[in-house]
This record gives sequence, structure tokens and C-alpha cells, in this order.
Amino acid sequence: MLSVSGLSKSYGERRAVDGVSFQVQRGQTVGLLGPNGAGKSTTVSMICGLIKADSGTVTLDGEPVGQGASAAKQKLGLVPQDLALYEELPAIENLKLFGALYGLKGSALAKRAEEVLALVGLSDRAKDKPATFSGGMKRRLNIAAALLHDPQLLILDEPTVGVDPQSRNAIFDTLEALKAQGRSLIYTSHYMEEVERLADHIVIIDHGKVLADAEPAELYRRLPAQAALQVELADVARVPAETVVAALAGLPGVAGVRHEGAQIDISLHATTHAAPVLRWLDEQGHALAHFSTARTKLEDIFLTLTGRTLRD
Amino acid sequence: MTAIIAMIRKDLILYLNDKRALMLNLLMPIVLAAFFGSLFGGAGGGNNSKIEIGLVQQDTSVIGRKIGDALKADPTLTVQELSEQDAKDKVRAGKLMVAVVIPAGFGDASGQALFQPGSKPALPLYYDPSQSTVLAMVKGLLTQHVMQGVTGEVMGGASGSKFTEANLKQLEQVPDSDDKQALINLLGGLKKYQDHEASKADSQRTVATGGGNLSVPFTTTDEALSSGPKYNAYAHAFAGMGVQFILFMGIDLGIGILLARRMGIWNRLLAAPITMSQVLVSRALSGAMIAAGLMVAIFFCAMLIFKVEITNAAGFVLVVAAFALMTASFGLLIAAFGKTPEAARGLAVFATLILVMLGGAWVPTFVFPAWMQQLTLVVPTRWAVDGLDAMTWRGLGMDVALQTAGVQLAFAALFGTLAIWRFRAQNR
Repeated sequence: MLSVSGLSKSYGERRAVDGVSFQVQRGQTVGLLGPNGAGKSTTVSMICGLIKADSGTVTLDGEPVGQGASAAKQKLGLVPQDLALYEELPAIENLKLFGALYGLKGSALAKRAEEVLALVGLSDRAKDKPATFSGGMKRRLNIAAALLHDPQLLILDEPTVGVDPQSRNAIFDTLEALKAQGRSLIYTSHYMEEVERLADHIVIIDHGKVLADAEPAELYRRLPAQAALQVELADVARVPAETVVAALAGLPGVAGVRHEGAQIDISLHATTHAAPVLRWLDEQGHALAHFSTARTKLEDIFLTLTGRTLRD
Repeated sequence: MTAIIAMIRKDLILYLNDKRALMLNLLMPIVLAAFFGSLFGGAGGGNNSKIEIGLVQQDTSVIGRKIGDALKADPTLTVQELSEQDAKDKVRAGKLMVAVVIPAGFGDASGQALFQPGSKPALPLYYDPSQSTVLAMVKGLLTQHVMQGVTGEVMGGASGSKFTEANLKQLEQVPDSDDKQALINLLGGLKKYQDHEASKADSQRTVATGGGNLSVPFTTTDEALSSGPKYNAYAHAFAGMGVQFILFMGIDLGIGILLARRMGIWNRLLAAPITMSQVLVSRALSGAMIAAGLMVAIFFCAMLIFKVEITNAAGFVLVVAAFALMTASFGLLIAAFGKTPEAARGLAVFATLILVMLGGAWVPTFVFPAWMQQLTLVVPTRWAVDGLDAMTWRGLGMDVALQTAGVQLAFAALFGTLAIWRFRAQNR
């Protein structure tokens, strides 16, 4: 459906996007993942024709998107990172305006505006101005404004920035409903858990380059560790954590060890290795203040690929 | 077309919902135009532009009273008769611009001084130092009334014969010369005339200014020249203030675009299947519609309340439409070259104030020095104000409307082209 090929963009000496390529299939949700400044928004801007790429192409169903009034844009819906709404224009008027930009008019436009308001749960606030809305409600209206023309591909640029957990869930309910309708989505975020919840394909970007482009399961398979064990030593005064870490790294099934103070994070090749590690600690006489086990997260994938965390 | 109409509709709703902008753009020009209009002569009625002066009448002689009465009767003056101390206090407090003192004995002394060299009696004038222009005007009027009073009385008044005799006696003591003999002949002839007039016992002789049969040998007829109706200073004031505040609306238009870019609305608009030119043109059209609507509303108030007349309706519409487009393109220019809304606003307000000042919005350009009147022809607001003046109190025709509107449209095209070029460059 969407084909992004070799996109590059530089601002002066700084290369913001460097040869980014990926595909989005019909009905697929692609998570575009990367830390702040990785080049996600610039990539999205080029896909939507907001800025001109130095090189590379973007096609939607074989048609180039580009700048200006291209026909391909009719199939695209953009939810910008900012709240791109007229705060003093009633919600329904905002929607009618953005629908009209795509050629909708008259009763069809009015009907469609009511439908998308219902979809995001704002029907009862149709005549109110966004200035009177909560942050979460504005975010939902921000999404609704991109749905008026029933786009085949919806691009969401960090749509949950500054939103409380309850509103975030409401937004995710909406997005899952859209996904269930068979709509294609591109979801950019630097929140791993959001991408993990929605995406069935993940593109990881850093420093303007694609580091990984695969389904989540495939990305997990590439990890040296599949599980994590976290322990907090109660007796660091007796035995320094560094000594314990060095010993743990040599145990069978341990893929890596990090520590911060008394807390030690142990990456394991499999969940089954957790019990032997805990037994070893007990045998060595290390009292534990706390321990927990978890499955490896996408966060660890980024760490593995770049050597730094997503929020660095 | 649907997209452009939707964007224009959105701008109009937003503007009409913004009560602060409406207040600023509509009420402020009306209030300020009313103030400036009244300051510069109002609607041209009887009591406008009178200079208020104080009069200290210490001289009770015929000439002294004639001068005082003439000042009171002058249509350009409003005279308050005061004691000298009160007059000084009022001038010092800024409540009077000028006070004239006619000291005791001034009339007699001035009558005698008419034909004799030497010291002349003085008329003390007290004036507010900030009102030197008014002082010059009052001095001119005073000269007129003193000359009329003194010459009228000396030549033909009731005490004229007494003045002539006294002057002839004093001339006898002056050494002989050709001038002395000529003056004796003149006064002798005058004395005969005065005696003849007195013998006629003509009761019709008046003591009014220029009394008797002698008076200042000329008078002035003041005529205001205009093709239009009677001059109404409110017409110019409404043109000037309307231009100024509608340009402020143009600034808001530009700032609105900058804010839209900052907020991401700009991206959402451009993500739609429309061109940037369509977005800009629709913004310019909505801005022009608001500007034209405001100007019409402002002049509607001017006509209703201040009796301003629009003498060429078609020309007025043309000038207003051209000004509205120029304002809208000015707003686009601000948006194109402004880096942030905050920085752009400061600079744009400064530029607008300079434009309206040089355009004659505050003070008519005819009071500018000649070189500045020429220089300000390159200022678009000058053509807007001149065009509105031409279509109201000057009562000029379509040729002037076409000229002033044409120049404004040229500026609009220039601003719009520059703005679109800049926007395109930024989007590359």
C-alpha cells in the first residue's frame, strides 16, 4: 500500500533522515519507533508531503504523494503531534472544515462529522469549543479530524503526548477500533509499550536511519535474552555488588548483567534460568531484599541495537 | 473551491467570535476618529475651532472699548473678560492659551502715536508657552482690531477732532522740514473734514469698529475650496483611524498564520489535497472580506453619527476593496517573514505605526513639508487615506478612485507575490 524508499533530508550539515525505507501493507499497523530527535517526525512530514525530501520516493498504491494537491493525499489522514485544532471554533465546525479540505460537503459532511465524533466519544460535546476540552478530549478530537474523509492510511505522530492514562486508554480503544475496521496505521512513538500494544510491524529509527524493520516476534527472536530477573541485595555492605555481578555473569543461561547500587538486572536466555540463578544467590549467602522476573521488552531491543535507552 | 470556501468560512467565524479583535478593529477607530475629527474642526459647524482667550479690559476710553468689543465680536474667538490676576492664573494653569491686556490709557496713547515717532503704547499678552502658534494667530487678529479701532476713531470718530488738534499742536514744536509740512497739510485737511462731519450733526454716525466713514481699506472673504460637500474633519479622521486599525487586523491575520504553523494546524492543512497557494489565497480572501466589512461598518457609523458624506459610492467601494486586499497581503507578508509570532508582532506594529503616520492617517499629509509629501507617495497607506478622502469630503471622481485603488492593488500584488515566494522557499 505505502512504499517509502530511500528518503533523505538534511538541514544544513545535519542529516535528519538518512535513506529511510519501509513498507506498509493494507490493514497493517506499523510502529515507527525511536527516541526524540531520531527523525520520525521528519519522515512523517515527507510521507505526507509537508516537506520535500532531498532524495527518495513515497508512493501510495503506486501513486506518488509529493507536495501540493496530489490525489494520493486523499487516501492519507494525518494526526499531527501537536493539537492541530482551532480552539475557538466549535468541535463540529473544526471537523466540517477539515472534511471540506478533502472535498466533503453538505449533508454528507455533516453526517460524517457526527459519525467520527461518535467514534471518539465526543458526540455530546459537538457544539463546544476545544478550548473548553480536557487534554485527552482534545487528543481524541485531533484524531477525529483526520478521519473525516475515511482515509485508507492513518498516520499518527505521537498522538498520546501529554495525555493521562485514562485518556490514553480511550485513545487506544479508538485506534483498536480503527484497526479492527481494516484500516492501515502508522504509529510513531517513543513509548515502547504503546507500540507493543498496537503494532504488528515495527520500524526502529535512530539518527535518521532504520535500525530494524520486522514483526515484534522476529525482533524478540533477535535478542540474546528472552527474560529478565531483577534482584535487590540486602547485604551490599558485606559483599560489594560489583563482586556479585562479576560472578553472576559467568553463570549458565545469563546473557548479561547490569547493576545500579544494590539493584541488579540480569538478562537470561530463557525464563527457566531464573530459578538456578536465585538458588546460586541463596547458596552464596546473599540475602535478597526483593526480586522479580519479567519477559524481555522492546525497550531491550532498542538497547541492544543502539547501546542506549529510548529516553536517552 | 469547497476547501477555499470552508477555510474562508472558518476565518470569518473565528474573527466574529473574537470579541477583543472586534472591539479593537471596530470601536477603537470610531472613538479615536471622533476625537481627532473634533480636534481638527469637527463637521464644519459654527462653533468649531474657536480660540478661547482672556481679555483684561483696563482701558475705558472709546478706542480701548472699541478694541475690546471687536475682539468679543470676532467669530474665531471666544473671549472671557477677566481681572489681570485671574488671566495670569488661567494661562499659567493651561486653562487659557492667550490673555490680552488693554491697559488704562492705551486708546489715547495709541491715537497719538499714530502720527508721531517715539515710544508706542504696549499691549501685554500672556500666553501658554506650548501655544506659540495660537499666540501668532491672536497677535494677527489683535493687529487687525487695534488698527481698525485706532484709525477709525482718529480719522472719523467722535474724539477724532481732538486727536487731530493735539497732533497739530505737537507738530508746531518739531523743527521745520518737508515731512513736517506734508503732515501739517494732511492733518489740516483731516481737521476740515472732521469739522464738516461734526457740523452735519449726523446722528447716524456709529461708534462701531471702523466707525465714521473711515475703516481699514480691505477685508477678506474666506472660502474653503472643495469639490465635495462642506469640509468635515471627521471624514479624514475616520479614514485615518480606519486604515490604522484595519492594518492592525492585518497584523493579526499574519500572526494567526504563524501561530497555525507553530500549533501544527498548518501541517494539517497542507496534508490535505490542496496547494499552499490555495491555503494562502483563502486566508487573504477572508482577511480582505473582514477588512472591507470593517471599513464599511466604520464609515457607516461616521455617516450616521458624524454626518460624513460619501460622495462617490462606487469609487468608495473600489478604494475600500483595494485597501482590504492590500491589508490582507500585508498580513501574509508578516507571516512569511516573521520568525515567531511574538517577534513578528512587535516589528509589525512598529512598521504599521510608521506606515499610518507617513500615510497621513493621524495628521493630513498637506501639513507635511513638501519633500515629505512627495516621499510618502511610496507608502501604501497614503493612497488608502487619500482615496478615502477623495471619495468623501473632497468629492472627487472615478479617475481618482481608480488611481488610488490601482496603486494599492499594485502594493497588494507585490506583498502577495513576496509572501508566496517566501512561503514556498521555506517549504522546500
